[in-house]
Amino acid sequence: MHFAKQNLGKMITTIIMGFLSIVFLVPLIWMISAAFKFEKDVMRFPIQWIPDPVNVVYNFKTVWMGRVPFYDFYFNSIKIALITTVITLIISAMAAYSFTKLQFKGRNLVFLALISFMIIPDQATLIPRFLLIRWFGLYDTHAAIIMMSMFSIYFTFLLRQFMAGVSDDFIEAARIDGAGHVRIFASIMLPLCKPVLATVAIIKFIWTWNDYQNPLIFLLSKKLYTIPLGMTLFRDDYTNNYAIMMMAALSAIIPLVIIFIILQKQVINGIALGGVKG
Amino acid sequence: MDSANQMKLEGYQKKRKFWSPKRREALVGWLFLMPEIVGMLLLNVFALGFSLYLSFSSWDLLSGVSGIKFNGLTNYIKMFQDPSVIAALKNNLLYTVLTVPIPIAIAMVLAVIIHSKVYLKDYFKVTFFIPYISSIIAVAAVWSALFHPSLGPINQFLIDIGISNPPKWLVDPKMSLVSVAIISSWAALGYTIIIYLAGLTNISEELYEAAEIDGATGLQKFWKITMPLLRPTTFFLFITMMIGSFKVFDIIAFLTEGGPNNSSTVLVFKIYEEGFTNYNMGYASAISWLLFAIIGLVTALTWKVNKED
Repeated sequence: MHFAKQNLGKMITTIIMGFLSIVFLVPLIWMISAAFKFEKDVMRFPIQWIPDPVNVVYNFKTVWMGRVPFYDFYFNSIKIALITTVITLIISAMAAYSFTKLQFKGRNLVFLALISFMIIPDQATLIPRFLLIRWFGLYDTHAAIIMMSMFSIYFTFLLRQFMAGVSDDFIEAARIDGAGHVRIFASIMLPLCKPVLATVAIIKFIWTWNDYQNPLIFLLSKKLYTIPLGMTLFRDDYTNNYAIMMMAALSAIIPLVIIFIILQKQVINGIALGGVKG
Repeated sequence: MDSANQMKLEGYQKKRKFWSPKRREALVGWLFLMPEIVGMLLLNVFALGFSLYLSFSSWDLLSGVSGIKFNGLTNYIKMFQDPSVIAALKNNLLYTVLTVPIPIAIAMVLAVIIHSKVYLKDYFKVTFFIPYISSIIAVAAVWSALFHPSLGPINQFLIDIGISNPPKWLVDPKMSLVSVAIISSWAALGYTIIIYLAGLTNISEELYEAAEIDGATGLQKFWKITMPLLRPTTFFLFITMMIGSFKVFDIIAFLTEGGPNNSSTVLVFKIYEEGFTNYNMGYASAISWLLFAIIGLVTALTWKVNKED
């Protein structure tokens, strides 16, 4: 009896929560619906959730092949996010290896210094960063954005915790076989870290893909814009054309949502990792 | 053996001695750290120092490095008399109040429900998390349409249910910051839930079973077991979200540009505006240091409060 009652309660809660979750996603559902509509139908009330008539081909063509080159933004975002992710992983993993598997004077001091830098907000060093980039001649290049996001103390910290759990025996054995640290790092440590590297990589990719501040400050040419920065052109060029804007927003969001749904476990674990260890 | 070779051999042996295994390991250690150290020195240490120097100077960028003129405390004095900076400070505080405690409370309740009171746990995790991984700029574009003062679905709905004079949201000086807070809280809720769910998995089921035997009600269990044991998680969220709220920029730069009438301007937006629109590099640096000082203070205070409890 008691058991049945409990199950019923759980069922009812699930239904209520299911309803709530749909309400929660209403803005995104509205976006999808609007992206398929004629402009004159977008703001009609009551809201027509299933678009009829459909104008998706025109909206899609305007966003992807119109005067604002969304195509370029996609290419730029993928390029920057991929390169940044790979470089960040290499830099952070190398540092983490040094912090966990190599003994030398000053190691812990450097680590403490790095951790204390975490409190410095990027935004407080925006002006000097901008000047550095100009002095390096990197203003208005993708290299500027990559350089601004390729160092991550946070990821170094996460990878260090993981590598600390890898037994030293592996490394000792390889040392006896005459392997140098570069080889041990590349062919033993990195493969052992695959799960955590994958998690960190996805999260870094998402962050870089969604980054708005760095492209806004370091890019000038429209051809170099990333997707979030490209959204500003739609905001300015299609001010009152919400069907086009929603198609652009949908195009910006959809790839990450797909990646997320496929790799949900890793993304969620990666986010939770930072919280639990905090 | 000729003497040249002899010397070479000695030199080699000496070198070998100098490069003892310990020294070699230290060298390798530093080399592995090099990229990270160089990056951090440049982007944090040098940058912070340089912005401190600039904050005591006036500089318009265009006149080159020789145009940097020391002007003492002028920027700092100007800052605390500048109505837009004071507005930004106030807005930052209000924004923190709006986007930290309320979402934390909502997320905690939702996480407890998702953790143990529903079927299809993974579905709920994914659903609430989708806005968080979506670009905040794209999300802001969607909400700007929803919040449209006359045509937007939100106000049409409000008028429909009999509210004749609904707020004008983003273009209303009284509501612009609240609107931004609603959007960013909505987008970040999934993150907060995920962190709480991770915290909940660390609470042992046995505690609840023992409480049930003692006849505790659901609410009692929440207050006496769940809440106290989630304390470290709550503290973590509190501190990260508070710091995050002081760094808010993207959504404001995209949606309101601090307006209308500075009603939604914040410190980072002021840094951006002074630095990259007006080219007041010195003044922008002074505001940067104000931001840095506030974040440092907030961090120190929360740590202290947490330790004392």
